[in-house]
Amino acid sequence: MAEKTLVDAVNDALHVEMERDATIMVMGEDVGRAGGVFRATAGLRDRFGADRCVDTPLAEAGILGTAVGLAMAGWRPVCEMQYESFSYPCLDQLITHVGRYRWRTGGAMEFPLTIRMPTGGGVRAPELHEDSPEAYYVHTPGVKVAIPSTPADAKGLLAAAIRDPDPVVVMEPKVLYRSPRGEVPEGEHVVPLGRARIAREGADVTLVAYGAMVHTCLEAAELLDASAEVVDIRTLKPLDEETLLGSVAKTGRAVVVQEAPRVAGFGAELVAVIAEKAILDLQGPIVRVTGYDVPFPYWSLEHEYVPTSERVAAAARKVLDY
Amino acid sequence: MAQVLPAEHDVRRIIGDGDGVADGEVEGLDDAALLDLYRAMVLLRTYDERSVVYHSQGRVGTYAIFWGHEAIQAGSALALADEDWIFPSYRESAIGLLRGMTPETVLSWWRGHPAGWWNPREFRIASITVPIATHVPHAVGYAWGARLKGESACALVYFGDGATSEGAFHEGANFAAVMRAPVVLLCNNNQWAISTPLSAQTRAEFLADKAAGYGMPGVRVDGGDVLAVYQATSEALARARAGHGPTFVEALTYRCAPHVTADDPTAYWDAQRVERERENECLGRYDRYLRRLGVLSDELAEDARDDALERMKSGIAAAEALPPPDPEVVFASAYVDPPPTLREG
Repeated sequence: MAEKTLVDAVNDALHVEMERDATIMVMGEDVGRAGGVFRATAGLRDRFGADRCVDTPLAEAGILGTAVGLAMAGWRPVCEMQYESFSYPCLDQLITHVGRYRWRTGGAMEFPLTIRMPTGGGVRAPELHEDSPEAYYVHTPGVKVAIPSTPADAKGLLAAAIRDPDPVVVMEPKVLYRSPRGEVPEGEHVVPLGRARIAREGADVTLVAYGAMVHTCLEAAELLDASAEVVDIRTLKPLDEETLLGSVAKTGRAVVVQEAPRVAGFGAELVAVIAEKAILDLQGPIVRVTGYDVPFPYWSLEHEYVPTSERVAAAARKVLDY
Repeated sequence: MAQVLPAEHDVRRIIGDGDGVADGEVEGLDDAALLDLYRAMVLLRTYDERSVVYHSQGRVGTYAIFWGHEAIQAGSALALADEDWIFPSYRESAIGLLRGMTPETVLSWWRGHPAGWWNPREFRIASITVPIATHVPHAVGYAWGARLKGESACALVYFGDGATSEGAFHEGANFAAVMRAPVVLLCNNNQWAISTPLSAQTRAEFLADKAAGYGMPGVRVDGGDVLAVYQATSEALARARAGHGPTFVEALTYRCAPHVTADDPTAYWDAQRVERERENECLGRYDRYLRRLGVLSDELAEDARDDALERMKSGIAAAEALPPPDPEVVFASAYVDPPPTLREG
C-alpha cells in the first residue's frame, strides 16, 4: 500500500487498467500532451501511445458520440470531460444514445464505455467549474454512476467502471484531488459497483452522503454529542439499499447531504428510498442538507453555498431532538 | 497533408435524358451489377409504397416515407464492401433489405414491436437513428476505431440537409477529418426539413462547400441518378481505404412525398414543382436508361417488381403473425448487469 492523492489514484487506475486490457483507450481534451488539466492522465500518452491516449478536438458531444462508435468497433473508451460544467453538451449523446443503445439492439451489443469528470465546488475556480450535476446522469436509464470519496475508492471504482459491461459515469470530487491522501492498494484494485461503505460507525443518527460531502459528514460527526454513523453511498446507481436501510434501521434517524441544488437532487431519491422502505424504523423526519436552488455562486461566496459540517450537525441535532 | 480543394460545384451525372444529354457509364459495372442496382431500387420503392398503404390500413405506425430517395440509398449502399458499416437515419430505415434483412424486421420496427431490433454486427448496420445528426459521430467513431485496429472497414452515414445545421454534424465531421476516419458523410439533400426549405436552413450556396471548412473534399451528385451516386460513393470509399480520410457527398434530390405519414405537405410545398419532380423520379430514370442500353426487358422489370411485392406480402404477414411482445423485453436488455431495483416502478 502506498499513500496517494485521489488524482494520483485515478492515474494509477488508468495505468493499471490500460496495461491489463489493450482495448482501453483514454480520450478527451488535453489528456495526452498535457496529461489532463488535473494531471489525471499524466504519463499515459508516453506509455501507451497517442492512439490510446487521444487529445481530441474541443467538443464534448463529439467525444462521447465518437466513443459510441469506438465501442461498436471493439474499443473500451474512457472519456474525460474536463470539468463537470463542460460536460453538458455530452448529455445529448448520453440521453439519446449511450443509455439506450444496448436496449434497442435487444441486448445484442454492449457499450462498455466510461465517462469520468471532476465534480463539485470548494476549489475557488471560475464560474461554471464547480457544479454538482450527478442527478442529470443518474436519472438517465441505462447509465450507472459512481462518486468516490477516498483515493482507494477512486482507483477501485474507476477500475470497476472500466471493466463494467454497461456505460458508467465516474465523478471525482475535485476538492479531494490533492488532499487528503490515503492508502491505495498497488496493482489491480477493484471496488465493486453497488456497494456502499460505512465510513464511520455510530448508533444514534445516520449521516448519508457521497463524494466530498462524506468528509463534511465525518467532521459533523465530531461536532455532535450523540454517536453518528456516516454512510458513504459510493455508487448512486446501482444503489446499495441494504447498507443504507440497515444503518437507518440501527440508528432510527437520517440526515441526507448533497452539495448539488436541493430540488430533485439525488438526495431526494435517497430520502424517498428511506421513507418508502424504512419509515417504521424512523424516530423523526428525514432531513436534507443541500446546496440551494440557485446557480453555484462565484468563488468569493462559495462557502455560503456548499454545505458545512456546522449545517450538517445542526440538521442532525434537529432530528435527534425531535 | 494532401491539399483539399474547394468543393466541386458541378452536379455529377451519369444517366442522360434520352434526348440532348448523353448517357454515360460507370467503369466496372457489368450488366449483372446494373441489374442488381435496379432490383435494389425496386425493392426499396416497393417497400416504401406498400408501407404507406399499410399505414393507411392501420397496419404500421407513423412511417417516414423515402419515395424518390431510392437512388441515393441503393447507389451508395451497393458501392460498399461487405465489411463496411452503414449508419442510417430514419429515412434509410429499410436499407437493411439490401443486406439480407427481411421486410418483417423493418416492418416490425415501424409497428413498434421489438422484433424490429437487429444485431448491428450481423448486418454491419447500426440501429435506426431517430434524432437528427447524432449518429454522425457514431459512424466517425466506428471508422476511426476500425482504422486504429488496422482493419479496412469504412463507414457510410446518411443524414439530411437539415442535419447540417446540427452541432452533432459539425462535431462529427470535424472529428472525422482530424482522426482521418475512413467514413463517407452522405447528405441526402432533399431540400426540406419537414416544412423548412433549404433556403431557411442555411445561407451556404452549396452544402458541399461546408466540406472545405473541415479540410475534406466535397462533391455534389445528382441524387436521382443511381449511377452517379454509386460512382461518387465508390470514389469516396477508395479514398477512405487508401488512408486519406473522409469525404462529404451532397446528393441532391427533391422530397416529393410527405416527410412522414403524419405530415401534410400541401401547407408548404410547391405542387407544380412536386409534379415535375415526380415525372423525373429516380427509378423511372434508371429504368429508361437500362432499356436504352438494352439491359432491361419487360420480363426482368416485372420479375423484380413481383419478387419485391412477394417479399412485402410475406413480410407483413410474418410481422402481423408475431405474438405481442413479451413484457419482459422492457427490462431484459437495458443493462448487461441491471440494478437490483430495476423492476420497481
